[in-house]
Amino acid sequence: MKKAFFIMTLVFLWGLMVASIIQMPTSGDINNPSYNITTHYYINKTIRDTNAPNIISAIINDYRAFDTLGEATVLFISIIAVSSVMKNTYLKKREEKGDH
Amino acid sequence: MDDLIVRTVTKWIVPFIQVYGIFIILHGHISPGGGFSGGAVLGSSIILITLSLGYKKASGIISHSTSALLESGSIIWYVLIGIVGIISGNNFLTNRGAGFYMGEVGDVISSGMIPLITVAIGIKVASTVITLFHTIIEED
Repeated sequence: MKKAFFIMTLVFLWGLMVASIIQMPTSGDINNPSYNITTHYYINKTIRDTNAPNIISAIINDYRAFDTLGEATVLFISIIAVSSVMKNTYLKKREEKGDH
Repeated sequence: MDDLIVRTVTKWIVPFIQVYGIFIILHGHISPGGGFSGGAVLGSSIILITLSLGYKKASGIISHSTSALLESGSIIWYVLIGIVGIISGNNFLTNRGAGFYMGEVGDVISSGMIPLITVAIGIKVASTVITLFHTIIEED
């Protein structure tokens, strides 16, 4: 009984997932909602704004440069965390002095 | 890993890997690639040296303090490029309005601050990979 209920629930969730996947727009279709005014702006104005042929690089390093600064900060914080855990220079100095 | 074949192949192949990484970083605004992927290639070349030739050889090429300095310096360089925009009277991280050299479309030295930022990110990612790996290796 419990197992049957379990399987029924899983089948229902599977049907829900398949129904929502069928409703999704086709990949690369020109009528997609993601293909909106922002895409047209980037495609038409990137050369005028940045002189860079690589639109992805122009978005990452010019239009969204502040976001990339945040990513670099994440890298910096991660290296600080790893160094503070792995490098035990403070303990080594105390061991050399001899006061545990 | 003390093996003659691995050591010889590493010595032969590492310059080409590093040239390819620098190429990806410098052509980030023209061709596919950029700071993150090029920096990962550069950092993994140093990891290859550490794995095959030993930690001492790798820390002779780029030591722990140099790597830490590059890592902090590149993010300061990034922020300084952004502050140029403020000084010129625009927003933080302005490109064309801040008076960077725009050049011709398709040249390596063109499109203002994008190559400068890409180089900063490349150095940052490479030194992060190297520092992480060397910090973990040092424990043993």
